[in-house]
Amino acid sequence: MDTIKLTIDQQELEVPAGTTIYHAAKKLGIDIPVLCYMELEDWNIENKPGGCRICVVEVEGRHNLAPSCSTECKDGMVVKTNTPRVMNARRTVMEFILSDHPKDCLTCPKSGSCDLQDMAVRLGVREIPNEDIAEISTYRLDTSPAIIRDIDKCIMCRRCETMCNDVQTVGALSAINRGFESVVTPAFEMNLEASPCTYCGQCVAVCPTAALTEKDYTAEVIRALSDPEKTVIVQTAPAVRAALGEEFGMEAGSLVTGKMVSALRKLGFDKVFDTDFAADLTIIEEGAEILDRLKRSANGDENVRLPILTSCCPGWVNFFEYHFPNLKDIPSSARSPQQMFGSVAKTYFAEKMNVKRENMVVVSVMPCLAKKYESQRDEFKVDNNPDVDYSISTRELAHLMKQANMNLNKLPDEDFDKPLGESTGAGVIFGTTGGVIEAATRTAYELYTGKSLNEKVTFEQLRGWEGIRKAEVDFDGFTLKIGIAHGLGNARKLLEEIEEGKSTYHAIEIMACPGGCIGGGGQPLHHGNASILKKRSEAIYREDAGKKIRKSHENPYIKELYEEYLGEPLGEKAHQLLHTKYFDRSTKRQFKI
Amino acid sequence: MTSVKVKLKQNDIDKIKEICAAHNYEPGELINVLHQTQEYFGYLPAEIQEVISWELNVSAAKVYGVVTFYSYFTMTPKGRYPVSVCTGTACYVRGAENVLEEIKKQLDLQVGETSDDGKYSLSCLRCVGACGLAPVVLVGDKTYGRVAPDDVKGIIDEYKDKD
Amino acid sequence: MHLMVCGGTGCRASASDTIEQKLKNKLEEKNLENDIQVVTTGCFGFCEKGPIIKVLPDNTFYTQVSPDDVDEIIEEHIIKGRQLTRLLYKDPQKDETIADAKDMGFYKKQLRIALRNCGFINPENIEEYIARDGYEALGKVLTEMQPMDVIDAVKTSGIRGRGGGGFPTGLKWEFAYNNQSDQKYVVCNADEGDPGAFMDRSILEGDPHSVIEAMSICGYSMGSDTGIVYIRAEYPLAINRLKTAINQAREFGLLGEDIMGSGFNFDIQLRYGAGAFVCGEETALIHSMEGSRGEPTIKPPYPAASGYLDKPTNVNNVETFANIPVIINKGADWFAKIGNKNSTGTKVFALAGKINNVGLIEVPMGTTLREVIFEIGGGIKDNKKFKAVQTGGPSGGCLTEEHLDTPIDFDNLLAAGSMMGSGGMIVMDEEDCMVSVAKFFLDFTVEESCGKCAPCRVGNKRLYELLTKITDGKGTREDLDILRNQSNVIKDTALCGLGQSSPSPVLSTLNNFYEEYLAHVEEERCPAGQCKNLMKYIIDEENCVGCTACARVCPVGAITGEKKKVHEIDPNLCIKCGACMDKCKFNAIFIK
Repeated sequence: MDTIKLTIDQQELEVPAGTTIYHAAKKLGIDIPVLCYMELEDWNIENKPGGCRICVVEVEGRHNLAPSCSTECKDGMVVKTNTPRVMNARRTVMEFILSDHPKDCLTCPKSGSCDLQDMAVRLGVREIPNEDIAEISTYRLDTSPAIIRDIDKCIMCRRCETMCNDVQTVGALSAINRGFESVVTPAFEMNLEASPCTYCGQCVAVCPTAALTEKDYTAEVIRALSDPEKTVIVQTAPAVRAALGEEFGMEAGSLVTGKMVSALRKLGFDKVFDTDFAADLTIIEEGAEILDRLKRSANGDENVRLPILTSCCPGWVNFFEYHFPNLKDIPSSARSPQQMFGSVAKTYFAEKMNVKRENMVVVSVMPCLAKKYESQRDEFKVDNNPDVDYSISTRELAHLMKQANMNLNKLPDEDFDKPLGESTGAGVIFGTTGGVIEAATRTAYELYTGKSLNEKVTFEQLRGWEGIRKAEVDFDGFTLKIGIAHGLGNARKLLEEIEEGKSTYHAIEIMACPGGCIGGGGQPLHHGNASILKKRSEAIYREDAGKKIRKSHENPYIKELYEEYLGEPLGEKAHQLLHTKYFDRSTKRQFKI
Repeated sequence: MTSVKVKLKQNDIDKIKEICAAHNYEPGELINVLHQTQEYFGYLPAEIQEVISWELNVSAAKVYGVVTFYSYFTMTPKGRYPVSVCTGTACYVRGAENVLEEIKKQLDLQVGETSDDGKYSLSCLRCVGACGLAPVVLVGDKTYGRVAPDDVKGIIDEYKDKD
Repeated sequence: MHLMVCGGTGCRASASDTIEQKLKNKLEEKNLENDIQVVTTGCFGFCEKGPIIKVLPDNTFYTQVSPDDVDEIIEEHIIKGRQLTRLLYKDPQKDETIADAKDMGFYKKQLRIALRNCGFINPENIEEYIARDGYEALGKVLTEMQPMDVIDAVKTSGIRGRGGGGFPTGLKWEFAYNNQSDQKYVVCNADEGDPGAFMDRSILEGDPHSVIEAMSICGYSMGSDTGIVYIRAEYPLAINRLKTAINQAREFGLLGEDIMGSGFNFDIQLRYGAGAFVCGEETALIHSMEGSRGEPTIKPPYPAASGYLDKPTNVNNVETFANIPVIINKGADWFAKIGNKNSTGTKVFALAGKINNVGLIEVPMGTTLREVIFEIGGGIKDNKKFKAVQTGGPSGGCLTEEHLDTPIDFDNLLAAGSMMGSGGMIVMDEEDCMVSVAKFFLDFTVEESCGKCAPCRVGNKRLYELLTKITDGKGTREDLDILRNQSNVIKDTALCGLGQSSPSPVLSTLNNFYEEYLAHVEEERCPAGQCKNLMKYIIDEENCVGCTACARVCPVGAITGEKKKVHEIDPNLCIKCGACMDKCKFNAIFIK
């Protein structure tokens, strides 16, 4: 590869051709501020509109300043990143941006984790010239069950558009109007609820300000906890324990399972359970369904549709219901772990505890925003009482703990309560791309072949970061063909193959978020640092490796649950409590054609 | 952009589909499709954009993003007598602003509005290339040159008794 | 005998089509329709005096013709051979009539290359274009020249892009030539958006084949078989004439497959702009052609490497293309000799504003502003004093008296703080307030900003607000420093050419008319008397007779005074509507 020699702030260096000034400077330890620019290297995700102009630098011989995020280095280039001209320009541009931004930092949900606020601090903006005559854009607040859009705070960085359109191919958002009036909204400035939005929350995950935030349910949770009538139980998704520590200054990839459990107990939850338990349950049902379809297909049943698609991810469910309604019979009918947990908690466990359904409150802690919407779906309610009452994100849990004077670092390790807190390594890896299908494979293999995997429970071919992965697993002579996609744009490609009749897979795992749940829209903000996500994933696999039991069907409490209550996998009771059906939501569009 | 709610009839939908088909359902032809559709319907309400979105397989958000970007596209129907004032530089220098003010007063309309009876609408446009006649006012296709504020009433009176 | 009737938009707007129809009817009535041809032609340029009819072969140039003059023209000129003196152009200085256009001050200093056929041919008849050397250049290129020869010729001619940027056209073609691809595109930018410039429209309306021919030549040289004209939807006449011309060229085998038996294929499609000034920027234009929002993207990649549908694309403007056939026919050296060293050839300007001869002119590069304004333009209207000339449209700047002897070319205008732009030239007199002019252009930029980059999206809005503050008399001296700093930063940081040049009207007026800004902020006074909020209506004690007419007409009750005593206006209540002044019969109310 060609290399290029250049000088940045009097230091010479060599970089490969195609390197931008921003990246070259980084190599020298020069941290040029960027605002709209965002890069998630591992997935080729880059937001580079060159719009904020904060990252400008002086390039000798060039008449104007160059945006370092998008200007490639040239041989002999002389770059200065900190001249008075550059610093004045940066601050003035920042003043422009702030002049059209609300100043309610103190009460803003993003305060403290806002890229714009940090940048204002860094650039030393102290006042905004002629603020009294500066018009500020105002729009109406849009509240959905999962996401709040307060686009007064939009700075047109376009990251949400990149995620929604290019990465997720959902197409819910677009820049509209032009000039000062331009802003990012759904079509016709409708609410998100009326748009094709899947609530995957990737827009929230990358928004530098509070233009896009999660709908916060912590107040409702506090109210439930303080109500003596209510038995409040909590479930925590696998990806939460691998990320929560970041909110308390721990290094990415820190596993905080035990500390999280003790925090929840201290917060006053009556029982602290684990969604991983329900993940094991999902594997039993979904695994049984896979085997059933495979067997029927092998026996020549032409009504069987293959591949079977996983259904744990609510963003993904929303996606196919809207964009591929004709495929709605293909995904597994198994409910997601969150919902399986809810229905088991409010039946089996409520009966066990002798608590009336209406007096039991189920809270879930999720890395996900779509879970908030999922929990409110009508099909997951009994007499209008939802199986899961409130779904809060990892970030919301951290806020809750901070409000309750807890420092995660200082908490002791504790164990989940039984029975719904006991899980296997298979349940844990649900939190990362490839994990669900690996968990399913562990169980399906043993049930199909009748042989034990013994210690060889890991399937390396299912792991990795590629957006679309293909793998084959030898089921004792039968080759199970598996597809894996994370990110809805990648999912779309696999779905289009199915539509065209070209798909050769038996089973496909899909997770809506890049990286899977560890990269969910409710997780601590990664601020464009993809390595954080990798470390979370490693933590999850570490937790799996450390588990005594690593196959879902060996979870003793799952066995007990079937024996005591559910009967057989795919049986009548299981069907009623653990399965669901899907709807054609393409008709959700406002204007019927 | 303000819009009006409409209920599309089947033959309207067929017309839109026909236009999309004539452009091979190419997403890249979006702007040409919008031009032809607006030419036919006079404006582009959300309902029409939605049909185009499905036919061309372009997200409705994008269609709306494009429609609101270009000043030629409108989501409200123009009046039967659309009044446009040229606010190009030549017309500005020769007093177009005062003419515009007078028209606003006479029609009781702001720029971008259509009168309740659908008769008049008022818009500004940039340079019609008749700078020799500045300031210029158009009513429909008819051009009025060297318009002074005092002439405005006379121009509008020409349309008073028309439907 | 031919009667050439101007079919340009300006003349059409003053009923040239009615005139044309009446001429035809009258000729039929007199059984002269076979001897005398009535031809619709493109813009003569002298729009101030439109509608224009030119009689050939005697070159009589009738101005400001009305439909009522038709009978007399036929009876007197055509039948009796007597010129109608009253319709001839009258030289305002010498007070004598001039019959032949070439003797008029307006035309004397002009050299028409891009506009060579406008006013001479019927743009809807390809044969008339061919008769004036049309498609000869294409023939020469296809039969005698290799693609690189063509590019060399264009490079040697020194022609630079006429759309605003001034980038050497030959180099652009060479880049596109050097980028290998299975498909390349030639794009003609006809989305003329500069408010006050209409040369592209006039060329397309008056001589569409010159653009078609040039695009084919470009296609041959860079290796493209597809041309696309991106044309403003607001130009229906130009669109129709271009469509007609394309169809005729196809019929004549000058577009399509195997042109002139050379094996070269080339055809042209149309795409419509939809009203976005920023689409004049080539990357924005390409996104618009692809069906997206016309937002510019960062270069590189340049369109020559990755443009329309990610294929190598060459974008030139209409006027640039119109020059190409002449360069090939008359030779690059001939062209290079016209104008200045670094700015060769001619430039078309749309001359407008407070000037006697509004119109479209074409002069050699290097002609001075004085020659253009005072000789061609015939000086300032109503004998007022020249104050400034604004060139380059919304991206340009205002130049003053001291720049009048500046030779007009790309580099000189830039050095003087303005730019060539697409060729708008607006002349202003002493009654134009320069702060208001800057505000007018900022209003335009604010409306036309695409919104992608922060300096242009927000910064220009802030400049506009600050200028409003100043014209409202509420500005301070410190505001002028803020204005300058913000303008400089926008210029330094905006993403595209539109944004980078958007503060030019502010910076150039700050530099050239600082005193006028000072008067606004320090004395709350608008020297030009244009800023309404700085006006003070005052009653002259000498003249006021106390008739109370003003007090009765004042809509806000700002005028008080007893009958037969001098009245007074409360400046805090006055809304400056001017009703009192209109009403006063004694000239007792004046503006300060």
